[in-house]
Amino acid sequence: MKFLPLVLANLKRHKLRTILTMCSVALALFLFASLRTVVTTLESGSEVSSASRMIVQNATAFVIPLPMSYATRLKSVPHVQEVTWANWFGGKYGDGKKFFATFAVEPESYMKMYPEIQIAEDQKQAFLKEKSAAVIGEGLVRAFGWKVGDNVTLQGTIFPGDWTFTIRGIYHPTKKEYGDDSFMFHYDYLYEREPARVTPGWFIMKIDDPNVAPTVAKTIDDQFRNSNAPTKTGTEKAFAAGFASMWGNVKLLMSTIGMAVVFAILLVTANAMMMNQRERTSEVAVMKTVGFSDRRVFTLVIIEAAVIALTGAVLGLGAATLLPIVTGFGEGGFLPGFHVTAGTAVLGAAVALLLTVASGVFPAWQAAKLPVVQALRRVE
Amino acid sequence: MKIPFVYNLRSVTNRPVSTALTALGIGLVVAVFVAMLALANGFVAALVKTGSSDNVLLLRKGADSELSSSIPREAISIISASPHIATGADGRPLVSPETYIVLNIRRTGGGEFDVANVVARGVSDKAWDVRRNIKIIEGRRFASGQSEICVGSKLTGRFANVNVGDVLRFSNRNWNVVCRFTADGSSFESEIWGENEQFQNVFRGGAFQDVAFRLKDPAAFDEVKRSFAADQRVQLDAHRESEFYASQSELLGNILRFLAIMITGIMAVGAVFGAVNTMYAAVSSRTPEIAVLLTLGFRPRSVLASFLVESAVIAFIGGVIGCLLALPINGVVTSTTNWASFSEIAFAFRVTPQLLLSGLIFAVVMGVVGGFFPARRASKLPVIQALR
Repeated sequence: MKFLPLVLANLKRHKLRTILTMCSVALALFLFASLRTVVTTLESGSEVSSASRMIVQNATAFVIPLPMSYATRLKSVPHVQEVTWANWFGGKYGDGKKFFATFAVEPESYMKMYPEIQIAEDQKQAFLKEKSAAVIGEGLVRAFGWKVGDNVTLQGTIFPGDWTFTIRGIYHPTKKEYGDDSFMFHYDYLYEREPARVTPGWFIMKIDDPNVAPTVAKTIDDQFRNSNAPTKTGTEKAFAAGFASMWGNVKLLMSTIGMAVVFAILLVTANAMMMNQRERTSEVAVMKTVGFSDRRVFTLVIIEAAVIALTGAVLGLGAATLLPIVTGFGEGGFLPGFHVTAGTAVLGAAVALLLTVASGVFPAWQAAKLPVVQALRRVE
Repeated sequence: MKIPFVYNLRSVTNRPVSTALTALGIGLVVAVFVAMLALANGFVAALVKTGSSDNVLLLRKGADSELSSSIPREAISIISASPHIATGADGRPLVSPETYIVLNIRRTGGGEFDVANVVARGVSDKAWDVRRNIKIIEGRRFASGQSEICVGSKLTGRFANVNVGDVLRFSNRNWNVVCRFTADGSSFESEIWGENEQFQNVFRGGAFQDVAFRLKDPAAFDEVKRSFAADQRVQLDAHRESEFYASQSELLGNILRFLAIMITGIMAVGAVFGAVNTMYAAVSSRTPEIAVLLTLGFRPRSVLASFLVESAVIAFIGGVIGCLLALPINGVVTSTTNWASFSEIAFAFRVTPQLLLSGLIFAVVMGVVGGFFPARRASKLPVIQALR
């Protein structure tokens, strides 16, 4: 430790070079952590979803609805406690530039099914009472400035025409990953205007024991296998994971770019370390002459590399962690719950260590193996 | 007087390791830049190529995708009677009322919920003439009234049972795969085609999702649009097919481009820092040399230019390396879900000469930016001190 001032003095010698190298490392780790967070956020949907909730949808295609009569039949399946249903409405507001999810739901049972939707009791009662009422997430309040009592008209993309709703409640999700930009209204409101076309898009069930989920799924799917509307049943978790898999190779792409970034910066750092050592050949020879061991010289160079890599890592990972909080990027929207996970931070730290070793080891080895006499002669 | 270019080339080769590391760093940035834009280009190109400017796509009023559209059977005869529709060799109008649905199909090797949404398009027998880019590469067209389908060439390898002769099961029915087709790299290659009447029965009784037809006179599109908007008997929006599919690529295309520019922008800053370090080191190790140049009568401006050129040369080498690294991904097929249509689309990375050129320009810009301050320091060296 007593040699720390020496390391610091060395770092200060080319202040600009040290700062630029640290900044490169910081940028690299910022990008690395951000790209990884995109992947973890896409996958987080399956982590926050409940294992005791199950989804039933049409086995052929999710856009084909299921008959209403399934509700009572699902309720009678062993282990199923509650059943509710929802429909994708596909509403557009204004110019339609800002996308948000619009669902028609069976209000009372849906609210019970999703305790994640936190809403004030009086607002909830007001929503349940009125058929044309809607509940919106806080994200839509931020986006459009709507408030309780407003009349909002959406254009239906699936169910044509203008649809006017009265906002009766604003919900707050218990978990950010759940998202806060959904628009929910009464299933009956939709059904009464389009009775010929509307049946539930999917059913959601609560089961008493997550462990029986596979049995429940099989019972249901077998029951409807040869009907007009065969079903596909699975836990909410499984569906969320399947949804994330729809991104296909995008996740792989993000990881590959993350690797390329790290490697590019490794080159920059290694180059800076090698330049440092090349300039100090004579100095190292002098240090060895006055009694520094090969090992000590080696350690000093590695520590120098470590200071650069770790400072850069702290800056880069810190920025990646703070930025979504400061800018509110993780507040719903495109990637709800966007935040750097502990796993990503640890991985980032590991990358910094790797960077230290990879950039420091060659110059350190060169310095340690430096033939003193020749080096001193070269100084002339 | 200008300092000869050869001087820069020799200086660069004098410090091979340092030059190589800096160039490689810039090269990786350029490689990521080219690769990401090739991805965005490939995706957009696949959708842009899907539509033809000679064709019109009719959707229900207000529908923003084929999936959310619905056109009742009664409207088809009204549409087919339009005088703007071109006629085929047999004298019948080139019009294809189509059903459109996305099927849950399991990926090869994936789990039960690892699914992709594959488009199943039910078409009329005229669809093969309306969509001119379709080419059957294996087998024959499906026969009317049969449980037969044709599959796009990009489904091969990604899903099971999609080769000619296989039986694909969906919607409680077995479908014989009778042909495989290409469509000039467009998103049709990620679709399953069958007869509209067959698909309509099993999927969505009673309605079609869209109607595609060939214009008799491609210039008359605006008139067509007006005539359908004014027709009170039907609720339809007419889209030029090419524009419609291009607009379907907008959302994801823009996200991909934005990501490409943001990621490579941040990487570029890191690479420029690397170039700055290298050039400062070059300047300080060659201080006496520079002083000699100045003493010989070279202008400071020439020294500045010379060092800028040197930095640009290193960056250019990096750019070439980056382009070479990115080149092999040209044509590699990848897939993602197009959220605008909620269907999975397979497409090929497209590395174009323009893209490579912009990669090289990007590299040289990084070099010049990174070299500027070190070059200025070189040009302002106090000669006497430096020589001493």
